[in-house]
Order: sequence, then C-alpha cells, then structure tokens
Amino acid sequence: MDTFTQHTGVGVPLRRSNVDTDQIIPAVYLKRVTRTGFEDTLFAAWRADPSFVLNLSAYANGSVLVAGPDFGTGSSREHAVWALHDYGFRVVVSPRFADIFRGNAGKQGLLAAQVAAEDVELLWKVLETRPGTEVTVDLEAKTVRCDDVVVPFDVDDYTRWRLMEGLDDISLTLQHEDEIAAFEAGRQSWRPRTLPAKHLPPQPIVSARAVPVS
Amino acid sequence: MGRTLAEKVWDAHVVRHEDGAPDLLYIDLHLLHEVTSPQAFEGLRLAGRQVRRRDLTIATEDHNTPTTDIDLPIADATSRTQIDTLRANAAEFGVRLHCLGDADQGIVHQVGPQLGLTQPGLTVVCGDSHTSTHGAFGALAFGIGTSEVEHVLATQTLPLAPFKTMAVEITGALPPGTCAKDVILAVIAKIGTGGGQGHVIEYRGEAIRALSVEGRMTVCNMSIEAGARAGMIAPDETTFAYLEGRPHAPTGADWDAAVAYWRTLRTDDDAVFDTVVTIDAAGLEPYVTWGTNPGQGLPLSGSVPVPENIADDAARVAAERAVEYMGLVPGTPLRDITVDTVFIGSCTNGRIEDLRAAAKVVKGRRKADGVRVLVVPASARVRLQAEAEGLDRVFTDFGAEWRNAGCSMCLGMNPDQLAPGERSASTSNRNFEGRQGKGGRTHLVSPVVAAATAVRGTLSSLADLDLPVGTDLSEFDGSPLPTVTV
Repeated sequence: MDTFTQHTGVGVPLRRSNVDTDQIIPAVYLKRVTRTGFEDTLFAAWRADPSFVLNLSAYANGSVLVAGPDFGTGSSREHAVWALHDYGFRVVVSPRFADIFRGNAGKQGLLAAQVAAEDVELLWKVLETRPGTEVTVDLEAKTVRCDDVVVPFDVDDYTRWRLMEGLDDISLTLQHEDEIAAFEAGRQSWRPRTLPAKHLPPQPIVSARAVPVS
Repeated sequence: MGRTLAEKVWDAHVVRHEDGAPDLLYIDLHLLHEVTSPQAFEGLRLAGRQVRRRDLTIATEDHNTPTTDIDLPIADATSRTQIDTLRANAAEFGVRLHCLGDADQGIVHQVGPQLGLTQPGLTVVCGDSHTSTHGAFGALAFGIGTSEVEHVLATQTLPLAPFKTMAVEITGALPPGTCAKDVILAVIAKIGTGGGQGHVIEYRGEAIRALSVEGRMTVCNMSIEAGARAGMIAPDETTFAYLEGRPHAPTGADWDAAVAYWRTLRTDDDAVFDTVVTIDAAGLEPYVTWGTNPGQGLPLSGSVPVPENIADDAARVAAERAVEYMGLVPGTPLRDITVDTVFIGSCTNGRIEDLRAAAKVVKGRRKADGVRVLVVPASARVRLQAEAEGLDRVFTDFGAEWRNAGCSMCLGMNPDQLAPGERSASTSNRNFEGRQGKGGRTHLVSPVVAAATAVRGTLSSLADLDLPVGTDLSEFDGSPLPTVTV
C-alpha cells in the first residue's frame, strides 16, 4: 500500500446524504473476480444523468469527494472503495461514515475524513461557486484546505498511522503468530468445526422452472 | 462493574491487547460466498499464504445463483465465472463448499444456523453486512470487507477497535398480527439509518424473549440497516432447543459443558450500556417503508409523508428525493399503493416460519390479478422442509412461483430483478434505489404483510382481509399449518 501524508486534488461536491454502497456501485457490477478496473462502475446509475456532478467537466478529474452524512451505508462490499479508488478518488469527506465502509477504505489507502456538517457546508459552497477548486488534505495536521476555508477532520489514530506508514494489516498481524497459536491452544474443544463436515443426509433438489408471464 | 453480553464475548476472544492499537480478536467461524471472496483468495495466492483454519471456514453459493433451472449452466457469463471461481478456490485451498443443487446450499446466513455451526458466544464473520443475523444466538457476528476476509483466511483473527454498546428494549408483548419484522422496521424508523453507528445493539425485553430463534434472526439481521456493526440477543432455552440435535451442535458431555457456558452469556444486572432505546411493543403495528432507505418507514395505517411538512432540512431533501424516486404522491394512504410484484424470501425472511406465516394468509385464496408473486426459501433444506409440510402447494395454488434457494430478488445480482419503475412489496432488508433492479421501487414488509398484499394487490395487512369475525390474528405465526397432507 502507498504511503499517504498529504493529497491535493479537485474537490467534488456531492450534496446528498445516505449515499449507500448500492449507489456507489450497483450489485450488478460485483460479479467481477478482479480487484481493479471498477472505475466505470462508480455511481453507475447516477452517471446516466448528464447533470450529475461527475459529468460536469470542471469536476471530471476530481480526487476529493465531499459528501453528506451517512456515507457508505448498507452492504459491506469493498468494491465501493475499489470503485472510488479506481476512479481516482483518494479522499472522501463526510460528517459521518458507515463503520464497514470506513474500515474498508482504510485498508485500501482511501482516506475517510470525518468533517463536521457545518464545515462540509462551507466546503460545498466553495466547490459549487468555484467548480474545479483544488482541495488539500493533510493527514499529518488532520486538516482539509479549500481556498480560504481550512477545517479540521477526524480519523482514528491507528488508521492514520497505518496510512502514513503504508502498512499491510496481514503482515502486522502475522508478527504475533505465536500469540494466535497460544490462544488456539486454549479454546474449548466443543467449539464447532466445519471439518469433518456433518449434515443431514443428502436429498435430491428438484429444479424450479420460471412461470411464463400471463 | 458488570459487563454486557457483547463485552463478554469480545473479552473471551482477545488474542492481543495493546494500548493505542485495536484489539486482535480471534474468529470462531468464517462464512464465505462467491461475491466478496475471489479477491481475498487471489491475495492469499499472490502472497503465498494458506487458509490458516480450514476447519473454521465454510462456503456456499447464494448471491449470483438463479432460482430456476438450477440443473442447467448459469446463463449469465459473469455470474458463472464468479461461481466457478469460488469452486476453484475452495478446491485449491481445501475449503468446505455447498454448491448449487446440494441440499445444504442456500443463503449463507441460513446455512450456518441450520447446520448448528452458529452457536452462542462465538465470533462469526462473513464478507456480507447481514452477518449480524447470527447475533440471534448470542454470537458476536458482523460483516467485513474483502481485505478483512483475506485477513481472516490468513490469520483467523481481525484487528478491531472496540464497539460502543446499545440496549434496544422492547417492552410488553407484541399485538396479534405483528411480528419480528415490524419490530425491527419500527426500531430503524425510530433511531434512523445511522442511529446504531459504532454500536453493537443488544435486543432485550419481553417481546424479544417471546420471539422464536427465526424471529430473532430477522431482528438481528437488520441491525446493519440501523448502522450498527452487530445485533445480539442473549441465548436462552429457546436458543438451546433450536440447536440441540443439529449436525454440528455439541453432544453428550460437550453439550452439557457448552450449555453451562452459554448460560453465562447474559448482560450483568449492573452493566451499563452507552445508549438505551426503549420501545413499547403494545404500540406496534404492521410497518412498511415508503422511501429509499430502511429508516423511511411508517405504520401501514399511515400516509406517504408530505416533504414540505418536514422541519429538518436534510430529512426534507431526502424525503423529496425518495418520494420522487418511488413515484408516490405525498399524502397518499400507504394502503392505496398498488404493487406489481411480491417477494417473499431473503436472509431476513426466507426461513420456514416466514413461509408458514405467509402460507396461512394465502391458503385457499388466489393472488390479485397482474401481481407477480415469488416465494424463495432461504436454503435448499428450508425448501425441502416446506415441501414436506405442503407449503409449496399452498403457494402454487395461490398463483405464486415456488423457487429454488438463494438471495434472489433481494439484490440485483441474479435473474430475479425488478424492471425499471416496477414496484414491489418485499420481505427483504433494503429499499435503496435500484437495489432490486435498476429503477425498481421497493417497499419493505413482513411476510404476513407481503402475503396480504399479494391477495389484494395493494399494501395490506391482515386487517384488510375478509377474515371471519372473531379470527384470532395470533394464529398467523410461524407454527406449522394445522392440516398437512401432501
């Protein structure tokens, strides 16, 4: 994962609350088995509307998304983060993020910066009145700067540290493999195991057939 | 000071604690499906890693699978690729997989419980937000992203920041004709889609204790729609009775040891929750959603909100947008809304009790003209049991389509979808824009409301049906139908 200390890029005002992950990437695009190439799927339904913010030329190269509260609610799909990342976004600003989305973002180097609702309003006003304005997000100082507006943001210390160091979670955890093994040795023996498999006797399943529309 | 149920389960799984860093938590059960696992297996392969605990891992196929013609190749090429990828990964890494056509295939959140793998006090994860379903057993169960799936496959642990705790207390008894789905829709309408953010919810109170395990799963399932990481219900005799005798439930002395431990899994009397929400069950009615997030719900006796009357700016803008997307006229009584499709199924309401309750409503009736009715069991075993009870005949005589198991119309990843502008009454969990198909319009309802809606063609409850005077509405529950002849 790349290290992240500061990012400057065009800010995109997305004046909507409850931007759920089905809007960020509709389920139909989740069928891919690769980890890249999701840029065309971002906000797929909304992008059909020519007036949608990402279709306006001033915002086309945006990399800092400024959205309303409850961003990333709903499904756990990490594809939502991949779609934002592949499109070119490095930062999402919102007054409140869904927990799973925020966790997923931190794992992929996408910064979820929590900014107070009234400060988001200030950022929106600048970005809407002067489309194409660049936003600088400083992870060290935990500030978002947009022209003369400078506002603080929140991110948890651990995620901040990992982003700044560009560290991979699995390698960090595997440094403690002896502790995992020790914990496993103390687990109760009756806790369930999936193997060897146990189940009721197999039974044939008859296929249903679609009923023609009458 | 005492501890809450969630804190007890958490504490029992801490592998490593370090101030200033997340706790490293051990994971007892990892469930996989085809959508959120391919990139995780690819990550393992690239790093030369193995699955650390194959014996705590199980996979099934559910999101992409068709619910008809399951004996034929999957028509959609990308869906087929995703299924084939899971099969190849399961074979390569030695993971147990229940494929389409297997009696144990089904929605991942039904497969764990029905095999007896989901047990009280476990930590359960899956790359699916509705993993909260398993909290019905007193497990700490939550959805994770694909990077975390890879992390659990490689290490059987997850680094996690502590949750806050919330008590949702449902006092009193549910009125006849209402059910678990109405409870959770009312909770989300009250606290909002972000109300549970950062919290693990524990559902408590007389109405929760009176629910069956299936009903508790419905409640915990939708915890995520209130923004919570997980929902839990303390295990009790109802839980133990559900588990006993299931394939992976402990037996003999192990059973006794397990039950003795499970009995300790309750919130101490002197424990303190960060947040407490109380709802009086006696005031509950059948709930439906009118908008495009699960918090936009009202009692069925209500009307489509008039956005101009909403004082809060953000809520008003959201309501305006939702009413427009849903194609509704503000002020319209919810009961007057006509639907095109009724969907009974999903990890929220596709279990045997849900099918029984719906079957009791439609038995001996014909569906409304022009309404498409899909009934989709949550798993192949649920389907087999329903067929053994004759429920399939009740539904097909009604004019409904009886399908194979899977996620089906809950989300637009398989052939079961709404067309643009099509309106559904759905027992699923999300009414987001386009969730059931691009341009589709979703009203979330209980199985009983779905069935009554299929009878009349407009959003309806038992009260709208021509039931004989004096009918006891509490009969429309999840118990088996009285006359069973196949």
